[in-house]
Amino acid sequence: MTAAAITEEGTVDIRDRADVVRQIRQLVVFAIVAVLTLVFWLSTEDAVIPYRLGEGEDVSTFDGAVALVLCFLLALVALGLAAVNRVPRGWAGTLIYLAVGLAFVLSFLIWSYGDQMTETPTALLNPLPGTVRLSTPLILGAMAGCLCERAGVINLAIEGQMLVGAYFAALAATVVSSATFGLVGGLVAGVALSVLLGFFALRYQMNQVVLGVVLIALATGLTDFLLSQLPRELNEPEILQRIAIPVLSDIPLLGPTLFDQNLLVYLMYVAVAGSTLLLFETRWGLRVRAVGEHPKAADTVGIKVNRLRWQAVLLGGAMAGLGGAYFTVGSTGSFDSNASAGNGFIALAAVIMGRWHPIGATLSACLFGFCFTLQAQLAFLDKIPGELLRASPYLVTLIAVAGFVGRVRPPAADGEPYVKG
Amino acid sequence: MKLEIRGLTKRFGDFVANDHIDLTIEPGEIHCLLGENGAGKSTLMNMLYGLLDPSEGEVLIDEVPRSFATPGDAIAAGIGMVHQHFMLVPVFTVAENVMLGDESVRGGVFLNRGQATERVRALSQQYGLKVDPEALVEHLPVGVQQRVEIIKALSHNAKVLILDEPTAVLTPQEIEELMQIMRELRDQGTSIIFITHKLREVKAVGDRISVIRRGRVVGTADPSTSEAELAEMMVGRSVKLVVDKEPSTRRDTVLQVEHLTVTDPRGHQVVKDIGFEVRAGEVLGVAGVQGNGQTELVKALIGLIRPDTGVISLDGNDISGHGPRRSLEAGVGYIPEDRSHDGNVGSFSVRENLILDLYRDDRFARGMALRLDDIATNAQERIEEFDIRTESDQTPVSALSGGNQQKVVVAREFSRPLKLLVASQPTRGVDVGSIEFIHRRIIAERDRGTAVVIVSTELDEIYALSDRIAVMYDGRIVGTVTPDIPREQIGLLMAGATDTGEERV
Ligand SMILES: Nc1ncnc2c1ncn2[C@@H]1O[C@H](COP(=O)(O)OP(=O)(O)OP(=O)(O)O)[C@@H](O)[C@H]1O
Ligand SMILES: [Mg+2]
Repeated sequence: MTAAAITEEGTVDIRDRADVVRQIRQLVVFAIVAVLTLVFWLSTEDAVIPYRLGEGEDVSTFDGAVALVLCFLLALVALGLAAVNRVPRGWAGTLIYLAVGLAFVLSFLIWSYGDQMTETPTALLNPLPGTVRLSTPLILGAMAGCLCERAGVINLAIEGQMLVGAYFAALAATVVSSATFGLVGGLVAGVALSVLLGFFALRYQMNQVVLGVVLIALATGLTDFLLSQLPRELNEPEILQRIAIPVLSDIPLLGPTLFDQNLLVYLMYVAVAGSTLLLFETRWGLRVRAVGEHPKAADTVGIKVNRLRWQAVLLGGAMAGLGGAYFTVGSTGSFDSNASAGNGFIALAAVIMGRWHPIGATLSACLFGFCFTLQAQLAFLDKIPGELLRASPYLVTLIAVAGFVGRVRPPAADGEPYVKG
Repeated sequence: MKLEIRGLTKRFGDFVANDHIDLTIEPGEIHCLLGENGAGKSTLMNMLYGLLDPSEGEVLIDEVPRSFATPGDAIAAGIGMVHQHFMLVPVFTVAENVMLGDESVRGGVFLNRGQATERVRALSQQYGLKVDPEALVEHLPVGVQQRVEIIKALSHNAKVLILDEPTAVLTPQEIEELMQIMRELRDQGTSIIFITHKLREVKAVGDRISVIRRGRVVGTADPSTSEAELAEMMVGRSVKLVVDKEPSTRRDTVLQVEHLTVTDPRGHQVVKDIGFEVRAGEVLGVAGVQGNGQTELVKALIGLIRPDTGVISLDGNDISGHGPRRSLEAGVGYIPEDRSHDGNVGSFSVRENLILDLYRDDRFARGMALRLDDIATNAQERIEEFDIRTESDQTPVSALSGGNQQKVVVAREFSRPLKLLVASQPTRGVDVGSIEFIHRRIIAERDRGTAVVIVSTELDEIYALSDRIAVMYDGRIVGTVTPDIPREQIGLLMAGATDTGEERV
């Protein structure tokens, strides 16, 4: 080997390894997207697709022929940038990732809804409002996960907290005949289950994974029992009404998506902003994170480790309980057995995919919510086998995690009880 | 503030770590605590700081009995402490670590990072402890982390300051500055309890010296006492403070490094186009101020970091892309700079830690099964040989004193045949008696024909062991010299002067 050149900054002029890995990852992901968009383009003959912007709106059509080509070209450009290692870092890079993601989704939708040979073709319904709705319980559950795990307590019981939240929201809303009051019921139930979590995990240092599973079983049993024992009339709550926020809800596309939703969705926005601020900008958050990373270090500067963990666990319980309320007063009304249907676990996945950061977890949850919304719609089309369709959210997750999230690292003391001495 | 310790006792099960200790710290004095590894110094300090509950005895502050259930109580009473094992949150920035527990806030709740950064910058300037307030602690070498820990303790304006081995990884210059800070604080009335294994420091800065052995105060001494006498008081026998060694007989090249370049996780190039060689039966000392690429150089040698370019050849085979397991199997021994992070598994027993990289060896395993008896025998032998002070070989390593944890690492690495030994701060936190022993072992290993690379910020250690000395500055080797050149000249090289006329190897 020859001596390496020295640059002006006094460094050796060669590439570092992390940079190579990053480039390979980009190449693979962009190549997959480029191939898929090319396939979508070539296999779509009639790219004119019917769509509706909202549920009450009329069907319009959109000629996607040009869009298909553009999507492919975009992916190709990204691939080219990756090939010469010119994908920018920072926000510009994120923008490129986002654009490629959108290109993929758009060409996939055109392909799915194109070539319909029937008289009355199925129209694509704007998936965004649905995404926000379906993501709401996931996001609230994920906030619970972020808060607890940042403090070093594994909360596997989000699913259970949601379940009791859902039931008691329905019960409270029925008894007081107010859907809004149902939210209070859900919140209190979530906190109650958190009290159990805190009691056994923090007071008695029980294994937190086992404890989580036990709590879920308890929540399932309890809600099923109450459902079968209490009269039906106690399970007929009103449903939260949509509230259109003046002015904001008139913004095209964004308005109906974000600002014409029910109270729970608005509370979710507050929860996300609140959790982020709380964890990263306040004194409490700094201490919570210290306790989750290195409790002994926190102890040596006079921080009460278990007190903070209790606070985080209870606050998390409140959010998960609220999230649970979505399954009754937030959507269908009355409580069905196992109403949360695994959403708590998906929320947990969103936490990890979002690297234990409220914003990351929220975006991940939205990705899941988006997939669920599309999945429900595409089921009517018969174009993709149902089994594959049901697996798609998880396939998307795999690709997204492998491509963009990379290695994740939980808080160092996650799940470890703190004992002095 | 006058601090009085009366009859303080700590038992761990049957083991008595502190046995009725009486000690008085007068206001405005620097009180040094000496004692061999495991004597009970840190235990005593942890009781003072509220981290451990005393089994017996009491603490009086200005004649008033006080009890500290938590560190919070101790802090409130005006006690500050630099812990032997750093109490820093790795994923926080330096500023966040320093403000934790006493945060700069806006409006009562919101963090004011700008103010915290300024505070650290001011402290860092005032005390001459160079550190970037915005760097993540996990990206900093241990020497810099030590500075952060000291800044953290100083920022609380404690009236009694406990320093538990703060100088173990500092450079001579930093130690000099720290001692100056200690003198200034003392003159302002702060009492300081200073724990160190370096007798020179004790003599330079101490007002009074107490010696602890096996949990008891065995005597007090005056700073004018000679180093040899102090060492004898500590260990209970006379200690040789310099190693005897024959000149090395240089044989074939074992380690050949060429054009090595390494980038750290932050994306900064920290080792820049380095080349050197080490022969069998030779000790190469790498001197330099912490943070000039030594950490990454060592990690690359052992295969923990893949270099961006360059060749690391061991007996002619390039091992740079091999990863630690294959490097270890190729005969590389490794003593890491940070024993609790890279050297031991804290919750594993001493016995298990002693075979942490040997469990695949036929001596300790039969197929999938471990030979538990042989592992136990091995542990007994090592504990005996290296004088590891532990209750039993089943004790978790995290319950050992700092120096004894270090001995576990050293003992393990010396229990298999080596071609190359890479040792970073091999005697960090080890008492004089054990330093003597470890140094003798390193020289014996050299004489057996092993190539040895010693990285140390301790110039004494570098001089004592090295046959050649390479000085690192800003990721490069700025000079390779022999140990007969004066300290000042190495000091110049360490500060970045390259024009000494010495040849680059
Ligand atoms: N939590 C614990 N459980 C059991 N034994 C312990 C525990 N903590 C310390 N010990 C024992 O107490 C003794 C004193 O340890 P200590 O850490 O106080 O020593 P030290 O004087 O600080 O030594 P060093 O110079 O090596 O740091 C050691 O033998 C150690 O094994
Ligand atoms: Mg100690």
